[in-house]
Amino acid sequence: MADATTFRVCPTTGLSVDLKAQALIKANAVAAVVFLLIGGLFGLSVALTRWPDVHLLPVDWFYLALTAHGLDVLLCWIIFFEIAVLYFASAILLKSRLAAPRLAWVAFGLMVGGALITNVAVLQGDSSVMFTSYTPMKAAPHFYLGLILFAVGALVAVGIFFGTLVIARENKTYEGSIPLVTFGALTAAIIAVFTLASGAIILIPTYLWSIGLVSNIDPLMYKLVWWAMGHSSQQINVSAHVAIWYAIAAIVLGAKPISEKASRLAFLLYILFLQLASAHHLLVEPGLSSEWKIFNTSYAMYLAVLGSMIHALTVPGTIEVAQRNKGFDKGLFEWLRKAPWGNPAFAGMFLSLVMFGFLGGISGVVMGTEQINLIMHNTLYVPGHFHGTVVAGTTLAFMAVTYLLIPLIFQREVLFPRMARWQPYVFAIGVTGISLFMMGAGTLGVARRHWDSTFADAMFPYDYPAAAFVMLTLNGIFALLAAAGGAMYIIVTVGSILFGKRTAETAARKDTRPGVPGPASVVGVYGSAGTLKIPGTVVLVGVFFVAFVLYYFANWKYLAEVWPLR
Amino acid sequence: MSISPPAQRLWWNEPIHRTELTWIAIAFLWGLVMFFMMIYWHAVGLQNFSNETYRTTPAEFSAKTDAMIQSFKVRDEANGFPVVHPPAGSDIYLLGRIWMWWPNLELEKGQSYRLHLSSLDYQHGFSLQPVNINVQVHPGYESVMTLTPTETGEFAIICNEYCGLGHHLMAGRIYVVDKK
Repeated sequence: MADATTFRVCPTTGLSVDLKAQALIKANAVAAVVFLLIGGLFGLSVALTRWPDVHLLPVDWFYLALTAHGLDVLLCWIIFFEIAVLYFASAILLKSRLAAPRLAWVAFGLMVGGALITNVAVLQGDSSVMFTSYTPMKAAPHFYLGLILFAVGALVAVGIFFGTLVIARENKTYEGSIPLVTFGALTAAIIAVFTLASGAIILIPTYLWSIGLVSNIDPLMYKLVWWAMGHSSQQINVSAHVAIWYAIAAIVLGAKPISEKASRLAFLLYILFLQLASAHHLLVEPGLSSEWKIFNTSYAMYLAVLGSMIHALTVPGTIEVAQRNKGFDKGLFEWLRKAPWGNPAFAGMFLSLVMFGFLGGISGVVMGTEQINLIMHNTLYVPGHFHGTVVAGTTLAFMAVTYLLIPLIFQREVLFPRMARWQPYVFAIGVTGISLFMMGAGTLGVARRHWDSTFADAMFPYDYPAAAFVMLTLNGIFALLAAAGGAMYIIVTVGSILFGKRTAETAARKDTRPGVPGPASVVGVYGSAGTLKIPGTVVLVGVFFVAFVLYYFANWKYLAEVWPLR
Repeated sequence: MSISPPAQRLWWNEPIHRTELTWIAIAFLWGLVMFFMMIYWHAVGLQNFSNETYRTTPAEFSAKTDAMIQSFKVRDEANGFPVVHPPAGSDIYLLGRIWMWWPNLELEKGQSYRLHLSSLDYQHGFSLQPVNINVQVHPGYESVMTLTPTETGEFAIICNEYCGLGHHLMAGRIYVVDKK
């Protein structure tokens, strides 16, 4: 009944790879990279327009580019890549066949079609409504239609992931529980269902409104439900990139979780609490009570933050344990000094971990505090924060894992290894600058999504402090650096896929029994409890915690200085 | 490894090491501190966004704003834009529309005002600079907050929610003067 599934055995890992899953992973990853290129260029043009001395784009193109930037990188690049990650974490890691590969191609087609339709709408110029498309500002109907198609495609793909888990379990391609990385991917998939459902609930009526069938979309209701998609999709990203952190640590260093229970508990906290974050965008909105805001913005007493803070210990902890077991056991930090910093997969992963915590994590919690949001809402602090999470965290982690996917899935050697080696560093430095200088400018009050920070033509112009313009200039310079890092990534990736030397081929074997366990089905062994020694990690999280606490209270102090309001 | 199934099928029976447990406890407590800090600030802090909101319509809100301007206009700007000096403690209205804040306000230092905000068209962002107070303004909703200027001078209200191609033109003014 089911198509015969052909597997090949990966010579490096010994994993049985379903060739149909492999083709789908390739397609989704390639689509992701194409949208990264397009969206990245739009992003660069935005940063260069904000750079006062360059001020690249005219006003209409600026808002068009900003809309397209959000759409192509935040939605397309990330979701396409996540679908690839879901297929990898299910079919490949569980050595199973992929459920319904034909349907997976339909899903892929829907996503590509939807992305193209919405891009066309934006490029036609009458849908420069920003990625968030707040009502009552109206975009062309096909702007919403494309998003809906994309979401439906993504939802089907998530369903295929669930189906694959069921097939793997039925065929007993693994024993016991699914691996931690797959568990993380499952977390991402569960959150994705909530996210995409919220997207449907708000985008379908908005589409009907845009073609005149619905008379009014309440702007506050729109925002609340839209962000149940918009923010929750960032939580898919968090779950996915944390899973990737564990995966890279495992593949590069053979790291195993310090304790399955703690790491899985942390993922479980994401599932239970992350969806409340719609409130982060509604803290200075009329019509909602403070009780609602406090409960939701804090994910019910910061329980999802707790999840991330657990990973902040366990991810570097797994690396430290693995390194110490290899003999890098001297002092506090030999394990870190002697880590494979020349391996772009590891370097990208570790930079992603550190930057996500320090730049994106801390700023997000501070900005998401009900009252502190008053001094940050809609300033450049907001994009400063989420470039710390989505770019420094998610994008860098995805880039890092690409260096593993190229040999494992595309069966090519990485072309230009030297460029690949430097790529994570160049990109990370660029993104750090973007994130910090936007946050800095935001602290000085500079508005986000704003074409002219000099207010040259305004009736009552206002001059931001001179330091703000220095920050905007630096933001432009670091955006160039990040763009260079992005270009290096694309050159290496595309070059390797097209021209990289093929890795040793193994004969694909025809096998109608799906999911025959490969020779490398050794399971991890524990033994850390009781003998666990991670002093270096303890120091690192100690530094993180102190920075977090100081920065948190510093912002209460800033808040206390503004005019009283109640 | 993290990419293979757990070695022990009953992984939830494994003990969590003390280092991890300690960190989880610290992180949990820190979450509680941050949670109660928001509640604490409602009790003692001076900067809390009001929850007072009413449904309104563009016509109704413009009528209220125009009534205030008629009663309390003190002068015109060079370009004919009205400046209003409402009595201390009164209800004052500021209306956002593409692409202006209407009207300009003159307030007294140390006095409190009930500031009503709404929009006639799109969403706008009330951003008081360089004080840096930022509040969202919705059409159809009238939000009220009590604001107390603590320094004299000229302050800008810029728009920090994207509202179309003239978004960068949208900037108004609040003057704060000493008590008369």
